[in-house]
Amino acid sequence: MSTNNNIAQARKLVEQLRIEAGIERIKVSKAAADLMSYCEQHARNDPLLVGVPTSENPFKDKKPCIIL
Amino acid sequence: MGEMDTLKKEADGLKTQIEAARKAVNDTTMAAVASGVAAAPRVQLKNRKTLKGHLAKIYGLHWSADNRHMVSASQDGKLLIWDTYTGNKVYAVPLKSSWVMSCSMAPSGNLVASGGLDNMCTIVNIKAASPKTLRELDAHEGYLSHSRFLSDTEILTASGDTTCCLWDLETGKQKVIYKSHVGDCMCLAVSPDQNSFISGACDSSAKLWDVRDGGCKQTFIGHTSDINAIAFFPSGTAVITGSDDCTLKMYDLRADQEVNGYQDAALNAGVTSVSLSSSGRLIFAGYDNFNCNIWDSLKAEKVGVLSGHDNRVSCIGVPDDGLGICTGSWDSFLKIWN
Repeated sequence: MSTNNNIAQARKLVEQLRIEAGIERIKVSKAAADLMSYCEQHARNDPLLVGVPTSENPFKDKKPCIIL
Repeated sequence: MGEMDTLKKEADGLKTQIEAARKAVNDTTMAAVASGVAAAPRVQLKNRKTLKGHLAKIYGLHWSADNRHMVSASQDGKLLIWDTYTGNKVYAVPLKSSWVMSCSMAPSGNLVASGGLDNMCTIVNIKAASPKTLRELDAHEGYLSHSRFLSDTEILTASGDTTCCLWDLETGKQKVIYKSHVGDCMCLAVSPDQNSFISGACDSSAKLWDVRDGGCKQTFIGHTSDINAIAFFPSGTAVITGSDDCTLKMYDLRADQEVNGYQDAALNAGVTSVSLSSSGRLIFAGYDNFNCNIWDSLKAEKVGVLSGHDNRVSCIGVPDDGLGICTGSWDSFLKIWN
């Protein structure tokens, strides 16, 4: 019974590997260039990269000034 | 035993084939390609808000699509929904089981989900007169490690039973079961177009799935321990994983392989959580050693650190508008930085 289970599992693994072996792959140079390009295109709109002006910072603490 | 031997031989042959195909397109490194790019600026983010209210370890957090509200889960047995602009708690949802491991909020903001060692995913309507349990999704045979809503009618879950599942919230039943991992599933992330999702597991692999047909399309290997955290690069063409092996990796989906690794000889703490800034240039990773390190995703250099928690950073998230980052910790606090 457990032998049949093992065989079923082994068959499934082979099936899965066949699917994965069959996919198309692009060159790493193209993939990396595209990722770089995406970062560059979106950099100026990335608040954590360029900073958030105080006046537009929704998380800034709106405490009144305290004279110590 | 004849068939087992044949099958094993065939599997080994296919693995070799895949490795060769990956090598064939591996014509350069990300480091080489990114050498011409200006270094990311040294990132110094300030702790703008500390959200206090939980009484025990925080295990999960998830931003609302409105960029302002957020749900957090703690083993004090509560989900808290926060207005992060004011720091106020808007709703408190008591949990039947306090052994919660994750939480999420639907894009509509109407529903929240939580689950953990009770093996269930509980869906609560927070917009009802008082928070009301809508569904208890009960079919996983192991703990619920992660969940993400696709809409108010569908949710994806990842479980310690090694499967992920798509549920129909109108019927409370499983629609699709994703079976292929051979270790506990620890995390999942949905692609920007919602047609696929990725999962990370204790078998050290990450898998890309077709949401609708349940098929595993690709498997990414290389980590040497549990993958605890996973996120899509904003273009949807790459995936970042964080592992107990103390490293993060970037896998490109179209090249079908690891294209960058983020590690430091000095770092020997596991990665618990990961999130990216809106351009994808910055990777925020929470570690067991109480810190969150900020990595340049292209040059694989550390460009900053968020320190301030007194215990493990267990969860991290950046809202859709990218205006800040929230860290959640076993020290019971959530901190917002920008």
